[in-house]
Amino acid sequence: MSGVALAAVAERARELMPRDRVITDHARLRTYECDGLAHYRVTPALVVMPDDAAQLAGVVRACAENGVPFVARGAGTGLSGGALPHADGVLIVTSRMRTVRELRPEDQRAVVEPGVINLDVTRAATPHGYYYAPDPSSQQICSIGGNVAENSGGAHCLKYGFTTNHVLGAELVTPQGELVEIGGAAPDTPGYDLLGAVVGSEGTLGVVTSATVRLVRVPEEVRTLLAGFESTDQAGAATSGIIAAGVLPAAIEMMDALAIEAAEAAVHCDYPHGAGAVLVIELDGAAAEVGAEYDEVERLCRENGAFELRLATDPVDRALIWKGRKSAFAAVGRISPDYIVQDGVIPRTALPEVLKAIADLSESSGVRVANVFHAGDGNLHPLVLFDDSVEGAGQAAEEVSGAILDLCIGHGGSITGEHGVGIDKAKYMPRMYDEDDLDTMQLVRCAFDPDNLSNPGKVFPTPRLCGEVPGRHKGAHPLQEAGVAEVF
Amino acid sequence: MTVLERTAREAVGSACEEVRDPTAADEVDGVAPLLVARPASTEQVAEVMRAAAAHGLTVVPRGAGTKLSWGLPPLSADLLLDLGGLDRVLDHAAGDLVVATQAGARMATVQQALAGSRQRLAVDETVPGATVGGTLATNASGPRRMLTGTARDLLIGVTVVRADGVVAKAGGRVVKNVAGYDLGKLVIGSLGTLAVVTEALFRLHPVAEAQRWVSVAAADAPADVHRLVQAVVHAQAVPSAVEVDRPAGGGGRLGVLLEGRRDGVEQRAATVAGLLGAGATIDEEPPAGWTSYPWQEADVAVKLTFVLSGLEDVLAAAREAGADLRGSAGTGVVYAALPGDQPTDRLAAAVRTLRSACARHRGHAVVLDAPAEVKRAVDVWGPVPGVGLMRRVKDQFDPEHRLSPGRFVGGI
Ligand SMILES: Cc1cc2nc3c(=O)[nH]c(=O)nc-3n(C[C@H](O)[C@H](O)[C@H](O)COP(=O)(O)OP(=O)(O)OC[C@H]3O[C@@H](n4cnc5c(N)ncnc54)[C@H](O)[C@@H]3O)c2cc1C
Repeated sequence: MSGVALAAVAERARELMPRDRVITDHARLRTYECDGLAHYRVTPALVVMPDDAAQLAGVVRACAENGVPFVARGAGTGLSGGALPHADGVLIVTSRMRTVRELRPEDQRAVVEPGVINLDVTRAATPHGYYYAPDPSSQQICSIGGNVAENSGGAHCLKYGFTTNHVLGAELVTPQGELVEIGGAAPDTPGYDLLGAVVGSEGTLGVVTSATVRLVRVPEEVRTLLAGFESTDQAGAATSGIIAAGVLPAAIEMMDALAIEAAEAAVHCDYPHGAGAVLVIELDGAAAEVGAEYDEVERLCRENGAFELRLATDPVDRALIWKGRKSAFAAVGRISPDYIVQDGVIPRTALPEVLKAIADLSESSGVRVANVFHAGDGNLHPLVLFDDSVEGAGQAAEEVSGAILDLCIGHGGSITGEHGVGIDKAKYMPRMYDEDDLDTMQLVRCAFDPDNLSNPGKVFPTPRLCGEVPGRHKGAHPLQEAGVAEVF
Repeated sequence: MTVLERTAREAVGSACEEVRDPTAADEVDGVAPLLVARPASTEQVAEVMRAAAAHGLTVVPRGAGTKLSWGLPPLSADLLLDLGGLDRVLDHAAGDLVVATQAGARMATVQQALAGSRQRLAVDETVPGATVGGTLATNASGPRRMLTGTARDLLIGVTVVRADGVVAKAGGRVVKNVAGYDLGKLVIGSLGTLAVVTEALFRLHPVAEAQRWVSVAAADAPADVHRLVQAVVHAQAVPSAVEVDRPAGGGGRLGVLLEGRRDGVEQRAATVAGLLGAGATIDEEPPAGWTSYPWQEADVAVKLTFVLSGLEDVLAAAREAGADLRGSAGTGVVYAALPGDQPTDRLAAAVRTLRSACARHRGHAVVLDAPAEVKRAVDVWGPVPGVGLMRRVKDQFDPEHRLSPGRFVGGI
């Protein structure tokens, strides 16, 4: 990458936006060197903070013209190094694009800029009786643009789905710098579902400059149950029983003894004393329905060995129950100087077997693992604990963490349920998908970003050379020639 | 038969046992294929596609053929790829609420395989006999989309065969998975123009213990229907469906489906009946035509989408256009049937009326199906955003444009 190319982009950026939004000072650049996965660090060559889509598109166009790579960054809370900068590239930070452009409860829609914080969408909608359903634990700090890029989930996606089920349209700056609309506010936009490909593409298909999201009606009633069990096996059996009974809770979360210990130390959540596992089960919906489901869930918990049950029906008690769960990652810091947050998925029925295997791994390696997970959909977040000041400990933890992913793959699961592949897991992609699978995915990449400038080096272990597209057409469609089929 | 055709035929024949001459029933929207192949596995589909690639044959995949005339007629359909041989439900993991199925399996067959576990694939069958692959390719959905979404929201994994015969999969058998691009989304609604789907994995839903349909005669004034739909949608009764059925000649009904535990459903049904007003009835069976489209054989079939505040305007436009209207008023997706035996300029005007109403409310009006002369005379797709990018995707997946060429948006 030539300094000349970069200087040209910086020059253009200064024409597009006030000079203080174009950062070249090394000390300031350093503040953007990592995202939530802090052991990968790269200082970007240039940081820009556009105010709007036009400025942002202008920067991307300059990058395209000069062959300069760029990386979008929302709030930088990603846990897979997705927003890790490129040393010779531009980091495009969306933190100044924080306007809720439209709030339309009558249409159950909101149109928001990418830098808008997830929870702020819900805050804006709540006075109208609506909310934004995807709720990553980081919802107070992460951005909608980041959510779209990662297809973020949350505790409640068991019932309500992921970001991809709640975003209907977007304005996208393509890696060539064109500003295009994909999808729309109404359902089922005709044509290929480009938005479906962009959601979860981790910033490799362009930069989203606005998103049209679905707003969901606030439920009439919410009941949150905290259940203490002697073991994860019992808690797992209760989870299976609930699903088998045809109940679809909004959330079923599990924590094991070590995770509970950490949460107690950090936030004093006062979970059932001596529990080997707890479940947090939330039911929501029409009051009449929730009441009927609750009786069944409570019965199933008891039948499977729950020794203590606590019900929360008001927001204060509910927050108390969730506090332990939502702070679990950070809480682990209380019992271990360093830790790796893993994110794998297994078919839910394989839970007992996989937990047993993780325990065996932990025992044979001497590396402690605390388990926190979305039990309802089999998304595991094993927290692998280590002390980096002890020689070889980091390496041992890495190995255990990798072996856990292999367990997930071996059970037909996934290497990531919500944190994304980013830079961190690109090397694991070939274990989950074969060469043809990866090649086919990259056809999409080539369609959007033939020059491989948009967040290069993420998701895929090796980039596909896009080559020349033959674009050989078998003549125009007769209706096209007649001038009726194409009015674009 | 030309020499070229003969060698192509031999090549396809050695890729797959079942190859035959077409009959009139194999025509694709009036276009006669040269050859019909019926492979029995993903591997055979791949071999057939490689043979087709080697000989430059255009290929049109077919499930049960219930919606094969949707979109525009293909420019060419040398090889009709009949996926009816891939009709097995592969695996039902009841405890995980997941099913794996071949693409040629009928939706009804899949539902039967799940029924014993009181589970279902929550996509309504809108045309009897439809297959999994056809449902994906057309993104067909029925009333229940309001609560559980469409195939787009339920598909978790897919195996496709590309135009060049390469087999690829994306997603997997777990509900939650963000590893790599979600290729499944791209094939949904692609009318067989991007790749051939051979297997699909879906997340399932439990079959509810009880169901109640609350319905009321549809008021004549669009504003009144609009008001009732808004009242139900913004209440907290969590309906599985809010449907409107309005024949052009007047009358019709508004129907709301509630599903869940018996006690809960009865109370919720009473709540909804209260909202719909005097004359609302509560039934245990669906009203006639609940999951079916409003059109007959020779009608012009139009799909209308809009944001909810546009319902009144769309209903009025349908009246003006002389359309029978039915569909998911609670989500902003309804279907209009225009009698196909009118002069084409009148039909074109009717489509324009519907389209401008939808466009005013950020949606689209797409002619799904129509007699050939009508498709020639009206703009079937209307304006579609992002078509330039769509062409680039097509060029990557099918650079020679051999898969269902011309059926789709923008000449794709
Ligand atoms: C304590 C904690 C808890 C968490 N809990 C959850 C959880 O429960 N569920 C979950 O899913 N995740 C969770 N995360 C991960 C993280 O918060 C999400 O991935 C979030 O969506 C990232 O948003 P961000 O704004 O921080 O994005 P960033 O980290 O800034 O970026 C993430 C990716 O998005 C791309 N990107 C950002 N903006 C755009 C844009 N406008 N257009 C295109 N690409 C863009 C970036 O290039 C990068 O690849 C958690 C993280 C933390 C630290």
